[in-house]
Amino acid sequence: MKAAPFEYARAASIAEACDLLARHGDSAKLLAGGQSLVPMMAMRLVRPAFLVDINEIAALKFVRREKDAARIGACTRQCVVERDEALTERVPLLRQALKWVGHIQTRNRGTVGGSLAHADPSAELPLAAQVLGAKMALRSAKGTRVLDAEKFFSGPMTTAMRPDECLEEIHWPAWSWRHTGSAFTEISVRHGDFAMVAAAAQIAIDGDGRCVRAAFGLGGAGGTPLAFPKIAARLVGTRLDDAVVNDAAHAAATETEPGGDLHASAEYRRHLAGVLAARALREARERARSM
Amino acid sequence: MSETLHPISVEVNGKRRSSQVPARLSLVDWLREDLYLTGTHIGCEHGICGACSVMLDGESVRSCLMYAVQADGHRVTTVEGLANPDGSLSVLQDSFCETHGLQCGYCTPGMLIASQALLNSNPNPSEAQIRDAIGGNLCRCTGYQQIVEAVRLAAERIAKEAK
Repeated sequence: MKAAPFEYARAASIAEACDLLARHGDSAKLLAGGQSLVPMMAMRLVRPAFLVDINEIAALKFVRREKDAARIGACTRQCVVERDEALTERVPLLRQALKWVGHIQTRNRGTVGGSLAHADPSAELPLAAQVLGAKMALRSAKGTRVLDAEKFFSGPMTTAMRPDECLEEIHWPAWSWRHTGSAFTEISVRHGDFAMVAAAAQIAIDGDGRCVRAAFGLGGAGGTPLAFPKIAARLVGTRLDDAVVNDAAHAAATETEPGGDLHASAEYRRHLAGVLAARALREARERARSM
Repeated sequence: MSETLHPISVEVNGKRRSSQVPARLSLVDWLREDLYLTGTHIGCEHGICGACSVMLDGESVRSCLMYAVQADGHRVTTVEGLANPDGSLSVLQDSFCETHGLQCGYCTPGMLIASQALLNSNPNPSEAQIRDAIGGNLCRCTGYQQIVEAVRLAAERIAKEAK
């Protein structure tokens, strides 16, 4: 046993989980896949007095494909999303991002909502959520509210969720343009490790090859995953030549304020940010052209 | 202090096992210390090394990243559950011997679980797929080459047996 003692309850429903959170306040924490929380508890970086296990709540596990969005229950395992062909057709960035997340053993257990709520600034799913403008549906004993990814991620490992709230489901917008392509890439010490920097992009073009919509972002380059809507908007109407794409990537990199550590200095991370953003944009463009 | 004990009932390698556990007892500690199933190894205890891999309802997971109480009502397969019913080595285990897929043996139970999970879902994996499947398992002796060979050999043997 490595974690400090805690009280444990297995919630049978979302309502029960919310009640337990309301009762125990910020001394309680939700336990989803546990792939981040359990190691943090083993190292005693966190010591919640009460764990509310939401793994057995069937209502939190679903993938629903709608016309212009996919809705995913917060406790859906990452491996389920990774394998879902119809979902991948609708929101391809999800599988592309998950390829870089941990290893098979951690994706078998890790959940989509758990990764978002953990909000590691270098994690892949938060970056995908930020780039696509995902919406997080939250529930507490008092009611529900929906937060845009932009509002949801408020700092390193910090979200705008209140201690009594449970992430219930995530809405991932699907782009309806026929020629839409997306890409995810990153650099890490070994595959499956935390990214030094990650980049994600999604691009839609019309039949003439002109960009009709673009979105891209960077992970590991600041306190939260970053999206660059203003820079991306400048790509609309262009033919996305390499020079245009590289300019946008460079502009985004200049806006980042990455930290430095043993593995990569801040300067190197900013360099990677430009290189990887350009790479993701070009890859997304090629996929859009081939659709 | 006395901690609350939670009753659990888990199917481990085909047998129902019941216990009373404190919430913070990890699944791997329960397997090793309460059930004496010491085949599953503990390496890092925070989800990096993969030595403690077991199958939970047929899918490989890290047993140091789960509390035993969470396994209540589920099905766990440890490395002990991979051998044939008469105790002889499975094709995969024997292939590890054949290709010298182990040296110190510390990572071996995790490697076996990861590779068996792969073969269960993909009976004819490519080298890249094998490397991806064991990507979350650290081995400090073999350089991985013989482990990859072992999984390939097992896949070939299983395919031959099926004919």
